[in-house]
Amino acid sequence: MSIFINKDSKVIVQGITGGEGSKHTARMLHAGTNIVGGVNARKAGTTVKHKDQHGAEVELPVFGSVKEAMAETGADVSIVFVPPAFTKDAVVEAIEAGIGLVVVITEGVPVQDSAEFWALAQSKQDANGNQITRIIGPNCPGIITPGESLVGITPANITGKGGVGLVSKSGTLTYQMMYELRDLGFSTAIGIGGDPVIGTTHIDALAAFEADPETKAIVMIGEIGGDAEERAAEFIKNNVTKPVVGYVAGFTAPEGKTMGHAGAIVSGSSGTAQAKKEALEAAGVKVGKTPSETAHLLREVYPEREEPSNL
Amino acid sequence: MDLFEYQARDLFEAHGVPVLAGIVAYTPEEAKAAAEKIGGVVVVKAQVKVGGRGKAGGVKVAKTPEEAFEHASNILGMDIKGHTVKRVMIAQGADINEEYYFSILLDRANRNYLAMCSKEGGMEIEQLAVERPEALARIAVDPATGIDEAKAREIAEAAGFPEELHANLVETFLKLWQVFKKEDATLVEVNPLIKTGSGGLLAIDGKVSLDENAGFRHPEHAEFEDKDAADPLEAKAKELDLNYVKLDGEVGIIGNGAGLVMSTLDVVAYAGEKHGNVKPANFLDIGGGASAEVMANGLDIILNDAQVKSVFVNVFGGITACDAVANGIVKALEILGGKATKPLVVRLDGNSVEEGRRILREANHPLVTLAVGMDEGADKAAELANA
Repeated sequence: MSIFINKDSKVIVQGITGGEGSKHTARMLHAGTNIVGGVNARKAGTTVKHKDQHGAEVELPVFGSVKEAMAETGADVSIVFVPPAFTKDAVVEAIEAGIGLVVVITEGVPVQDSAEFWALAQSKQDANGNQITRIIGPNCPGIITPGESLVGITPANITGKGGVGLVSKSGTLTYQMMYELRDLGFSTAIGIGGDPVIGTTHIDALAAFEADPETKAIVMIGEIGGDAEERAAEFIKNNVTKPVVGYVAGFTAPEGKTMGHAGAIVSGSSGTAQAKKEALEAAGVKVGKTPSETAHLLREVYPEREEPSNL
Repeated sequence: MDLFEYQARDLFEAHGVPVLAGIVAYTPEEAKAAAEKIGGVVVVKAQVKVGGRGKAGGVKVAKTPEEAFEHASNILGMDIKGHTVKRVMIAQGADINEEYYFSILLDRANRNYLAMCSKEGGMEIEQLAVERPEALARIAVDPATGIDEAKAREIAEAAGFPEELHANLVETFLKLWQVFKKEDATLVEVNPLIKTGSGGLLAIDGKVSLDENAGFRHPEHAEFEDKDAADPLEAKAKELDLNYVKLDGEVGIIGNGAGLVMSTLDVVAYAGEKHGNVKPANFLDIGGGASAEVMANGLDIILNDAQVKSVFVNVFGGITACDAVANGIVKALEILGGKATKPLVVRLDGNSVEEGRRILREANHPLVTLAVGMDEGADKAAELANA
């Protein structure tokens, strides 16, 4: 098990013919992701050639729309690599097509665009009232279920399968933490992104990890800005029985300055790392001062040691 | 990006929001000329991106152009909560009957927009929200539909305005929504929105924050940038397209990825506690593609910071593997040549780490020390900065 993606996920790449899309299509295939095609309206009907995990050549069809790609391939996941100016249209297209998951890697998406496609996604529900399309990102490294599927830009060779679930606002801190805990392995690691408005939140990932039998313990990484960590702390207190450890970046960030991520800003007295740490600790979550200390805390609460199966 | 009041005023005017005449002035002479042009009673208002300027003496009424000159002479150069006043706005005097409050902002927590409105404007909204929360209407706005006439009316009603004002308020709210939407703002605030003696509405003071991510569809927003307020190193970094924030410290930081760099600052600050309390000197995220040129530009900025005594390069090799980063560092040091004078601690982990470390060992640059792990690197860099 895992959360949100697994070996059966059929993935299409929006922007498969672009520089980033092409580079990461190759990397995802190499990681074992079942990529079934791509989308680019101007190059519909053509194909792109890549190599699969075993080095064999694969020829991927390029479709004119997400809808067509889904109809032809049965794709249930899309990853978006298109530039910021076109991201909203790409995500709206994926939502309108009713895809189950869209992972938005693009950095620099105007926040009103994100707010609009999020509002649209919320409005599309199935007969049971569940939102049809899950969004991860924007401005995120995506999601990896090691050994099964990578839908994102996370280096796939850091570690293998295991029992740690990880949710993080930051890409490189995700990699850093996977590296620190590479001997334990991960069920799924998800980077939710550093923008002010994102699809999947810490809480969504925590709930999914709680329900995932393979996940034994959870690392939650936050950073300055907003109050997502505080709300996640409240959620953990009431809903999460598995051990959770936390890390928050940005204790030394000055007020009023955006620290790289569009959402990483302390405004007045709100959004500080200290407040987030305190909220997490009040919820019983141990918070490391550094990534390595956080990894150490996770080891202390990790129920049992197992070797990752596919290092 | 937060705008000055006069910039917000100009945006309001461009979208048809009712405003009074207002002219920015950088000198007392310009202030006098502006007062002459506007005519009658004017208000000289300090332009600073911080609240409380009225109490600090930064807002003065001038009955004549000579008085405007005098007030501007006093206000220009004034320090308001650490902000030096470099410009004033000469605003036409207003006939204020009542003061209201209106704002639209991005609501991060709810992932939508929030309109706030009150009949009790004028004071700081944070204060109103705490002291008289019932007087502040808060209406969620769906990003898919925005503020239409029905929503504008709902806001006016929720704030408890009398019926006879609704038509006028609705029209103004719709125009302010256009400012929010068309300019890609994350905040549009009018405080006060006034009712004049003759019953009309006027936006007297405004705050606008613009989304820098939307800059590609608003090239004209570049004019709003407050270039003289920026730190010279930050300004230079921006020209080079580097994500750099100047801090007050001795250990220069370069890393890849915003989260990792923020974390690096924290880890260096902790390490500094053991080494004379040295602190991180900057935030610099060179991003995923750490080419030699980007690395050289980044190092150049940091080495130009006179406060910096050592540099910690903390890279986790992902998409750009460690060998490429190591080559970038070696080439960057070549490019910089004699300009590179401060010790560099380099920590590499991740993809191709062995190759990356080998490249640095073989280059054997006298300024470069290799560190294993982030904590060790931070400690070493802090120690060198304290040497």
